[in-house]
Amino acid sequence: MKMNWTKKDLLSLEELSKEEIELILQTAESFKEVSTRDIKKVPALRGKTVVNLFYEPSTRTRVSFEVAAKRLSADVINIATETSSVKKGETLIDTGKNIQALKADIIVMRHNYSGAAAMLARSLEISVVNAGDGWHEHPTQALLDIFTLKEKLGRIAGLKVSIVGDIAHSRVARSNIWGLTKLGAKVTVCAPAMLIPPAIEEMGVYVTSDIDQALRSADAINVLRMQFERDEQNAFPKQLEYFKNFGITAERLQKAKKDIIVMHPGPINRGIEMSSEVADGLNSVILEQVTNGIAVRMAVLFLVAQAAESKNAENIN
Amino acid sequence: MQKILIKNGSIVDPAQKINREILDVLIQGGKIAKLAKNIKTEADMVIDASGKIVIPGIVDMHVHLREPGREDKETVETATTAALKGGVTSVLAMPNTQPAIDSKESVELLDKIIRGSSRANVFICAAITKERLGKEPTEISALKKSGAIALSDDGASVDDAKLLTAALKKAKEAGVIVICHCEDKKLSNNGVVNLGIISTKLGLRGISKESEYKRIERDIQLAEKTKAAIHIAHVSCRESVEIIGRAKKRGVKVTAETAPHYFSLTQDSLAGYDTNMKMNPPLRTAEDRQAIRQGLKSGAIDVIASDHAPHTENEKDIEFERAEFGVIGLETELAVSITELIQKGILDWPGLVEKLALNPAKILGIDRGTLEVAKPADIVILSADKEWTVDKAGFVSKSKNSAFLGRKLTGVVEYTICGGKIGYKKA
Repeated sequence: MKMNWTKKDLLSLEELSKEEIELILQTAESFKEVSTRDIKKVPALRGKTVVNLFYEPSTRTRVSFEVAAKRLSADVINIATETSSVKKGETLIDTGKNIQALKADIIVMRHNYSGAAAMLARSLEISVVNAGDGWHEHPTQALLDIFTLKEKLGRIAGLKVSIVGDIAHSRVARSNIWGLTKLGAKVTVCAPAMLIPPAIEEMGVYVTSDIDQALRSADAINVLRMQFERDEQNAFPKQLEYFKNFGITAERLQKAKKDIIVMHPGPINRGIEMSSEVADGLNSVILEQVTNGIAVRMAVLFLVAQAAESKNAENIN
Repeated sequence: MQKILIKNGSIVDPAQKINREILDVLIQGGKIAKLAKNIKTEADMVIDASGKIVIPGIVDMHVHLREPGREDKETVETATTAALKGGVTSVLAMPNTQPAIDSKESVELLDKIIRGSSRANVFICAAITKERLGKEPTEISALKKSGAIALSDDGASVDDAKLLTAALKKAKEAGVIVICHCEDKKLSNNGVVNLGIISTKLGLRGISKESEYKRIERDIQLAEKTKAAIHIAHVSCRESVEIIGRAKKRGVKVTAETAPHYFSLTQDSLAGYDTNMKMNPPLRTAEDRQAIRQGLKSGAIDVIASDHAPHTENEKDIEFERAEFGVIGLETELAVSITELIQKGILDWPGLVEKLALNPAKILGIDRGTLEVAKPADIVILSADKEWTVDKAGFVSKSKNSAFLGRKLTGVVEYTICGGKIGYKKA
């Protein structure tokens, strides 16, 4: 039985069922082919307006969403707002309502505060897609990670996936944990103790600070970007020390499964999270992740737009 | 003054060990003139309270009136109107206003506002330190002389143990209670929700329980050393309840309060980033909620107080981390207590009235909290079984930031009599 997508928004993977995640992945599969055509465009969102509302600097996610929306024939508007202006400027809800009044259909939002997307979605009738909110979630990143894994290994259930890096401040980690565990993978998080948030094992993951243990039987590792700029209290390990203890090197990978998949959400700090040799090596799927990001985001935009349309149709009938 | 006769109410008054006896109450000259079976007398007004519970007016010892300074959030007039609707006849006004209530002049300023616009009894809590900054002590005896009955830097803890020790000694001499907001800001680490799985899931900074109970531990030690009486504000977690319980057993003069949200809600309410669930201390775990309930039952916690903290929509309807801490509570505390404590068998009626009226009156040294003859006639008549749903539009408080919006509660205030006058009558 084919299930239907009914959610107006995509805010988190925590709120999705296994079936909803699978539906996004299936939809993404069918969209992936579009990007291989000579004319990389389908008319699925023709006449729709997608607004990228970014309160944090982002190039890759914003561009990926823009490419995805354009390949679906949507009109795209980019709004980049300095973080500091929220303090003096209009409220997020007012900004959202103004965009809604412009008759936009979807807001794709990146925000530095956790929960901002949920708040915006509650206040608006149009769709909101979370492109990363604070430390909370980055659902499309996790979906593209999972899509890539599934493409490479054929399944998610039963896989052992280790997430390495600054788990405490990572929205990518949280979304991956929810998505992977819902689909039946066994997830390990690995970081220096001060970068592991409290009680995370209650999210259904195994916790370790031993990188070799995290690598040993893993089918895949997802290496997070170390955000040293967030280290206000100077509590993080130093960069070289981090590389020494947690950096993914060819030497470390030799003790892992031969065909272990190496992922990174980008941008990479070469020589800190992983060596260049690994980043550019045979196990790395980092650039494939970028390509798959377009298909996954096309799927998400398509599904939320479709849900809005069927809701409108109901109202007319 | 009016002569009011309340007929056939079911009286609850723990001070006189009365538990739901059918008695009449006669009010004359603003005082309780008689409490007896079947009083036969002429009166200006007779209220038939058959089927209703009659209790002393609630004494809420933790209320933010916001006046002077933030009249957009609440005023003495709107807060006391809200209080009467909720069955609260006396409130203790916290000093974190603008200006802070930290001098003879500011106490007099607040007193003047109270005289001009209050609908209920407002008592004044002054600051322990100037501007509540924890640096320079206030003049405690002068504050007391000008009318303050308690001291607190509420919203902030006095970090400097030496300064607090000196203040405790002076407060003891002056005969005023010190109310401690217990929070070690270094440990609460700019957190916004309870530290643990909820802060992890939501990607928010957590407030550890240590930040609360370690400071309670310290303040109790200082109280023990100085033999002064302290009252611990808004207790939210298990460890705090245990520490207070043990101190009481050793004979330390410590009392404690909790707020309705801590015995009714848990951190699970934060799942959707609802800013009306954001308060300090934060909502904790189900285990902590259970310990709070147990502490009310055992007596480790003496008082239920609302920590009524009005905020405008502009301050709440924003990103979670930027939103203000705090919720309103005057209009819901009685019904939440009935729903969560009486109906769940945690407290009986006299037990509840002790927490809401008698104990806070005793701690503050005010002559209220009971229906004894000759006391001020502060009385609440309520339909204890009537249900209602909390609705934004129903609040008379200027702010609507309630943690109980949409909740079905039991217990409706029919009349609130304050100082012998009908202060509120349900339409």
